[in-house]
Amino acid sequence: MEILMIFTSGIIIAVATYLFLTRSLLRVVFGVVMLSHGVHLLILTLSGLQTGAPPLLTENADAYTDPLPQAVILTAIVISFGMTAFLLVLAYRTYQDHGTDDLEELRGNADE
Amino acid sequence: MSLLHFVVLAPFIMAIFMPFFYYKFRSVHTGWFLLPLPLILFIYIATYIPINGGGLEPVEHTVPWVPSLGINFSVYLDGLSLLFGLLITGIGTLVVLYSIFYIKNKVDEPLNNFYVYLLMFMGAMLGVVFSDNLIVLYVFWELTSLSSALLIAYWFHKEKSRYGAQKSMLITVSGGFAMLAGFSLLYVIAGSTFSIREIIAQADVVVQDPLILPAMLLILLGAFTKSAQFPFHIWLPDAMEAPTPVSAYLHSATMVKAGIYLVARMTPVFGLTVEWFWIVLIFGLVTLTWGSISAVRQTDLKGILAFSTVSQLGLIMSLLGMGSAALHFDYVETEAIYYTAIMAAVFHLINHATFKGALFMVVGIIDHETGTRDVRKLGGLMAIMPITFTVSLIGLAAMAGLPPFNGFLSKELFFTASLNVASLDIFNLETLGFFIPVVAWIASVFTFVYSMMIFTRTFTGEFKPENYKEDVHEAPIGLLISPIILASLVIIFGLFPNILAYTLIEPTMQSILPGLTSVGEQFYVNIYHWHGINTELLMTIAVVLIGLAIALNLKKWQESYFFQRERDPLNAVYDLGLDQLVVQAQNVTNMQMTGRLRDYLLYMAVFISGIMLWTFFRYDAFAIDFSNELAVPFYVILVVAALLASTLALPFISHRITNIVLLGVVGFLIALLFVIFRAPDLALTQLLVETVMVVLFLLTYRHLPEITKEAKNIWSTSMKAIVSAAVGGAVILTGLSVHALNQGTDITPISDYFIENSKTLAGGYNMVNVILVDFRGLDTLLEVLVLAIAALGVVTLIKHKMKEGEDV
Repeated sequence: MEILMIFTSGIIIAVATYLFLTRSLLRVVFGVVMLSHGVHLLILTLSGLQTGAPPLLTENADAYTDPLPQAVILTAIVISFGMTAFLLVLAYRTYQDHGTDDLEELRGNADE
Repeated sequence: MSLLHFVVLAPFIMAIFMPFFYYKFRSVHTGWFLLPLPLILFIYIATYIPINGGGLEPVEHTVPWVPSLGINFSVYLDGLSLLFGLLITGIGTLVVLYSIFYIKNKVDEPLNNFYVYLLMFMGAMLGVVFSDNLIVLYVFWELTSLSSALLIAYWFHKEKSRYGAQKSMLITVSGGFAMLAGFSLLYVIAGSTFSIREIIAQADVVVQDPLILPAMLLILLGAFTKSAQFPFHIWLPDAMEAPTPVSAYLHSATMVKAGIYLVARMTPVFGLTVEWFWIVLIFGLVTLTWGSISAVRQTDLKGILAFSTVSQLGLIMSLLGMGSAALHFDYVETEAIYYTAIMAAVFHLINHATFKGALFMVVGIIDHETGTRDVRKLGGLMAIMPITFTVSLIGLAAMAGLPPFNGFLSKELFFTASLNVASLDIFNLETLGFFIPVVAWIASVFTFVYSMMIFTRTFTGEFKPENYKEDVHEAPIGLLISPIILASLVIIFGLFPNILAYTLIEPTMQSILPGLTSVGEQFYVNIYHWHGINTELLMTIAVVLIGLAIALNLKKWQESYFFQRERDPLNAVYDLGLDQLVVQAQNVTNMQMTGRLRDYLLYMAVFISGIMLWTFFRYDAFAIDFSNELAVPFYVILVVAALLASTLALPFISHRITNIVLLGVVGFLIALLFVIFRAPDLALTQLLVETVMVVLFLLTYRHLPEITKEAKNIWSTSMKAIVSAAVGGAVILTGLSVHALNQGTDITPISDYFIENSKTLAGGYNMVNVILVDFRGLDTLLEVLVLAIAALGVVTLIKHKMKEGEDV
């Protein structure tokens, strides 16, 4: 199962990289979202997927899933959400001010 | 701190007070306040001269500076540094005296700058020659470069001054930097010591090291750039834009001899190698010839003197190269042939400082009184400026090597040395050696020619008053004192050379060739005019005859192409190099800094995946392990397939709404995976966040444009695909290896602690939540902060809009 998941996150990260390299600013934002998905999955996978019950002591199981990576990913989800929201608004404002979503046209500045 | 330390530091201390004197006593020329200092230093250093002929006991004092790195401010006084110390302070005194009359005390003349720089230079130069520690020597060395550049650009409103200062700075500082690298190598070779004396003490071991050749080349680079050796001499003629006292002091007598000093100082170590002999000798000879031929081309008096300095420095350098051969023989009192070259080098060093200093001052006087230094305009000044003329005549005759002046003696010694070296039986000299005296002789002919040229073009011929700005007359006595003193020294050293023999020359030879004589023994030094009729004398006579023949036909010579060009052809190389450096740097920047976000992301992606894949193959770190693999349930395969399908569809769809929906699908499928992998809190959060995110995307939907279509370009599309695949592949490889390597180890996860103690220590049943708010609460605190900042940022972005034309 881990190997399958490693391939899955690898593919997600590859797609995220591809989105980064496109001309559209919006797609770059999508790329950020995808990249964080891939990384979250990878963290979870690499800590092992095949042990026991959910990390709730009420379950009274012999073995539990590792709770630490889950806590880490939880933190990461929230942070990447904050990031994405900010980036999205930034893209929106960029479009408002410059009238384009094309990174090719957003090159350089007046001082150059 | 000993008195010798204060000799080095005194000029710096004095420099602090210079602006005070300048602003407080405006009616008195600032130079007068400075004048006593070099004089006192000169007298103090002179007390070390051994008068009884008993040799010089070296003096050493050390003050720790950075003891942990072996850097100590050690001053060391032996024959070599004594000689240089006397030159620096002695000529320094005369130059300061001369400058008082040369630079007028006008309102707009920043005299305080001039004397601060000059004092800085004097202190730095004393530091160079008295330092025993290589790093301290380097520090002072760079200070001389810096103060020299400041002095060259003293009239900084002139473009040529700035050009000359920049050029000299670039060349000497890059050489100095190479020298620092050489010193560092020497530090490693010699077993962690920067002390020159300790390095010399173990010279036999040091030269066996394979690093000795790079160290030697780097140090020589420093010495050659400073001493204006070919092809680094090009800065010296351009440094002539400096005020004439500066040219006289820095660019003839002292700074340009710093490289000579370094070569002499390092001879006991590097002189034991064959390469040193050939490199120093050949560079010296090439510089000697090139400089003397180039001098004839010049029309500016200071230009002639600059190239003449280059040539004479080459002469001294070649003598030091020849002299290093002496280290391969034992000292025999009767056979002076081995060490004549060093004797000649030291003697000519003194002579050159005297006559070249005088000549520069004389040129300054001519410039001062006539308003021009162009030999095409000058002429017939003999009767109008008799004292200047006399001093020039003495200086020029000494430079050309005519009896009875000191230049004659050192030139004879130079010929003797080159003939001697040619007859040695080491380093293949029996076959190659013949060219040394030949080259030396040719260079001497040209030296004679340009000396004649200065003389005839300036003082003889017709006096044309219309060429001069003002009424030409003899210079005031103040300007004349210094050149007269130097010219008298030229005569005194010429007539009684042996007053220098055991006071200065012999102790200096002892420091250049230590170990050649045993303790208490002395080199036999006797310099005299008449050797009988021998080869050297015949060579000198031939120099005079042929030189006269050329000088009389100079007009014809100067019509040839070679003499039409006044600037050194190597300047073109330097200028082109400097231009191209800027242009090519600009090109490289323009090429890589495209201003496109995706180009930069591409660099990062290529670099990151490249370095990861390289590491994998380099260390053969790839591992894969199927052993613990459980069977994958069918429903997981379904979810993953759906996830991958929607992910892979993303780049191909350019409708915004479809994109947003797909993104939502991906998020929810990941939440589903969290459920499958038994992470209820994660699933919950992921669901919520994904929902809010989709809502957010939809909210901005109306305000956002259609996604820009990619230009149809097979090449760029496939490159993006390859790079993305490489990044994904690197991630997969890393993941697989980490997974496989995890299997073998029996590390207990730290989570066992959390599982055991959630209830007992924190009183909670939900382990993830306990970790978030109890065990690792600080992460959560800061994460909250991140959200708050993001929210503030969003609000600011939307609410706070810049007005038209307003910039951040």
